[in-house]
Amino acid sequence: MDAKILLSRLFPTGFDVDFDGQFFHGTGESARGKVAIVGSVDAAPIGVELAFRMAGDVLTVVRDHPDRPILLLVDTQGQRLSRRDELLGINGYMAHLAKCLQLARNRGHRIVGLVYSEAVSGGFLASSLLADRCHALPEAQVRVMNLPAMSRITKIPLERLEELSTSSPVFAPGVMNYLQMGAVHSLWEGDLSQRLAESLDAPAEGDVRREWGEERGGRKLARPVAERVRHAAG
Amino acid sequence: MSSYYEASARERLHALFDRGSFHEFLPPSERVVSPHLVQLDTPAAFDDGVIVGRATLDGRPVLVAAQEGGFMGGAVGEVHGAKLVGLLERARDEKPAAVLLLVESGGVRLHEANAGLIGVSEIMRAVLALRSEGVPVVVLDGGQFGCFGGMGIVARLCDAIVMSEEGRLGLSGPEVIETTCGVEEFDSRDRALVWRTVGGKHRYLLGEADAIVADDISAFRAAAIHLLDTKPDLSLEALTAEHERLGARIEKFGALRDALDIWSALGVEKPENLPLLEADAFRAAVDGKRA
Repeated sequence: MDAKILLSRLFPTGFDVDFDGQFFHGTGESARGKVAIVGSVDAAPIGVELAFRMAGDVLTVVRDHPDRPILLLVDTQGQRLSRRDELLGINGYMAHLAKCLQLARNRGHRIVGLVYSEAVSGGFLASSLLADRCHALPEAQVRVMNLPAMSRITKIPLERLEELSTSSPVFAPGVMNYLQMGAVHSLWEGDLSQRLAESLDAPAEGDVRREWGEERGGRKLARPVAERVRHAAG
Repeated sequence: MSSYYEASARERLHALFDRGSFHEFLPPSERVVSPHLVQLDTPAAFDDGVIVGRATLDGRPVLVAAQEGGFMGGAVGEVHGAKLVGLLERARDEKPAAVLLLVESGGVRLHEANAGLIGVSEIMRAVLALRSEGVPVVVLDGGQFGCFGGMGIVARLCDAIVMSEEGRLGLSGPEVIETTCGVEEFDSRDRALVWRTVGGKHRYLLGEADAIVADDISAFRAAAIHLLDTKPDLSLEALTAEHERLGARIEKFGALRDALDIWSALGVEKPENLPLLEADAFRAAVDGKRA
């Protein structure tokens, strides 16, 4: 979905958003008051500049607008792959963005993520996966890597991966897999402004994604294994 | 001298912490393996490539984890990630002096890519929640596989990083960039280029690694002890200051093409000599020049 159409469906009573290249930011009027918006378009590769810019926006919201919820609308093909980004320490820029979002969370800002187009690998890690709740449109594409590339690297025949991906959500691309594994809380359909209000009303409950993954049968070990380590004798 | 680079994860744990103090949670005898690898006819490991437990360091209680690069490059799968998350949450209950992460990982394990990616995200959230409660997390990076992918982000979320020159830290590994963008973008077989782009010396000069040590387990131990009293700070002031530093880095170095150009811009004389220096001489040569 086009970002402007998305914004008009999320904020039918109005929004004020600036687009600058692949980055956009601004505010929208939700049923629960003003919401800060930070996002990207055109499956933007997330490099040092974009991560830095998004972090700066989050800091501004924290500084100037206490309690204002933050909505992440990030469309990304993943981290930018370049020697220059590595030279400058791209992982540190992404970590900085994550820290800024944690600061917002610690100060009571709600953080909602909506994958409206694409979310891939490191770009997903540095954005929507840091929200209190990450949602997605049904047509969204979410993945680490496509199966042919995965087959080349793991040396597992493509046919075998394709066959297994029909019964296992654990490695193949697909938003339904992420839903089943608990990383995506829910798919948003119908009145998107209503879905946003519902997400903003949800209690802040810490990171409970592995509980959702277990309940939905997509990730059965993450919760019990973490629990055993947490409470092991000794 | 006992090489950190050459040691296994278990050898590092036993040599780095106080003698006999290490106690493992969910040891291999518990047989907690990845069910997903078995499904793909890939050998599993009884610790899933990460060892978690408690120890003392200079007499002080710490919780510790060590990734084993020898098993699938230390990559994070569902069980591996959950062990790290459980350890970090345990630290929220116990409030040890610190959590030490002996990282060695290529990032997400492709055989269970979705579970690994979500697991890394949960590690990120758990590190941030723990630091928010005042417990420092210290990273040691000097293994053969370096620290890449999502674990590269995790490392930079922590309070401090200790690296050897042999340690590497980044997001996309040189091989990944070469495969995707071509050898002219990043020649992964040019070892000198790889080391000066993602190696410990460059990370130290940029201010990302807090300490650079020789490839010696006792040197890592001494540096870790020194960092035990680090106080986590995720305040608006601290993150605003970090934001300014990261902005200045893009401004000053964003147009430069090579680590040598950055070192030169930092005022290092004869930057081409830095890769040849041992840790002590290197620290002396760059004293006062770090970003």
